[in-house]
Amino acid sequence: MNVVLSNPEQGTTREEDLIAQVQRGQAELFYELVRPYERRVYAAALAILRNEADAEDVAQEAMLKALANIRQFRAEARFSTWLIQITVNEALMRRRRERTRMTEAIDDHRDEEGEYTPRDFADWREIPSEALERKEVRQKLAEALASLDRKYREVFVLRDMEQLNIQETAEALGISVASVKTRLLRARLMLRDLLAGGWEQGWFSRLPFEKGTKPW
Amino acid sequence: MVVNCQQVWKEISNYIEGDVDAGLRVAMDEHFGTCTRCKSVLEGTQNVVRLYSDERMIEVPTGFGRRLERRLTQEARVRRSPWSTWSAWLVPVAALALITGGLRWANSLTVPHPLQSEHAQPGRNIPPDMVVVVSAGAKDFHVPGCDVIHNKDKIRTLTAKEAIREGYVPCVRCMRKYLQIASISPASSEPVAGLSSSVEAEDRARSR
Repeated sequence: MNVVLSNPEQGTTREEDLIAQVQRGQAELFYELVRPYERRVYAAALAILRNEADAEDVAQEAMLKALANIRQFRAEARFSTWLIQITVNEALMRRRRERTRMTEAIDDHRDEEGEYTPRDFADWREIPSEALERKEVRQKLAEALASLDRKYREVFVLRDMEQLNIQETAEALGISVASVKTRLLRARLMLRDLLAGGWEQGWFSRLPFEKGTKPW
Repeated sequence: MVVNCQQVWKEISNYIEGDVDAGLRVAMDEHFGTCTRCKSVLEGTQNVVRLYSDERMIEVPTGFGRRLERRLTQEARVRRSPWSTWSAWLVPVAALALITGGLRWANSLTVPHPLQSEHAQPGRNIPPDMVVVVSAGAKDFHVPGCDVIHNKDKIRTLTAKEAIREGYVPCVRCMRKYLQIASISPASSEPVAGLSSSVEAEDRARSR
């Protein structure tokens, strides 16, 4: 997924070196340290703010905050997780500030009662990751994600896109582990249905599937 | 254990996480083997997790990385500027400390050391028969008429000797000259002896 993961041994060592150097005051190396995560930092901010300009601004602010507090980073945590948590915190603060200015309706924090029933049960077939090479596929997936309610989108992005674990996701958003699990289930099932619907509309039509079979 | 479709859908996310106990996992695996609908839900959900976890799914605005780099570089430059590091502040702070220290040292050569705290300090060479006043609730004895006497309406007149015996200490204002004498006296490190030395001398003379 990124340089560190593709070559854990070497990547981690280089990352540890960079962290130590920045902690000793070599701030000019900080960008090199965070570059592998800059996209994830942006995505985390966007999941919470839904506005590209705000997300970019918050991503930058979060990075500056991370630099200012780099001495507090402890090696027992993953650097990427630490960075994402700072970003989520920053984005949540921004949203709270915005909300006091705008009279946006307070989001419903309750998890919906009752079970979610999947709608589509057609034959499954794996969608190859190569599908993501196509911009329109990425676009459709992004639209499906953006259509989710905020509470489902945030949890899904942090867990499935940012790779935070369930506990870290709960801590970052300030919600319970049980809530994270409930929302994650619903987000995944809803996205599955949305993608199945997208299949009907030909999102993946140029992919090499056999005629008459669906990817799920 | 046997599970139905509803139970499977409820646990399918935990199943993908590997967050179901062994018994439930076996039951769900068996269910997936026979139920094509649930198999479809499982595989479709795994598709979702796999596709969205791909780095390519994260689109950033054009120039995002460049702008971030520029901002961080600026910040790094500010942090590298001479006044931004704590070690740089050592120079003026050390200079200030030197000047202050130097002045204090110079002062110590010309004027007597001021008392650290003038309260409860011993006096020296206080005339034993000197008429002093004390007041209720206070710890100091004063020259009559001193303007820092507490409870002026409850004063009692006595001699310095008596006041010292009763545990009173000289007022820092009106008895100042005796305190300053005490502060430069070598005996000042023995406050009790210093405080009442003249009184004791007189007592000794009387007992002879």
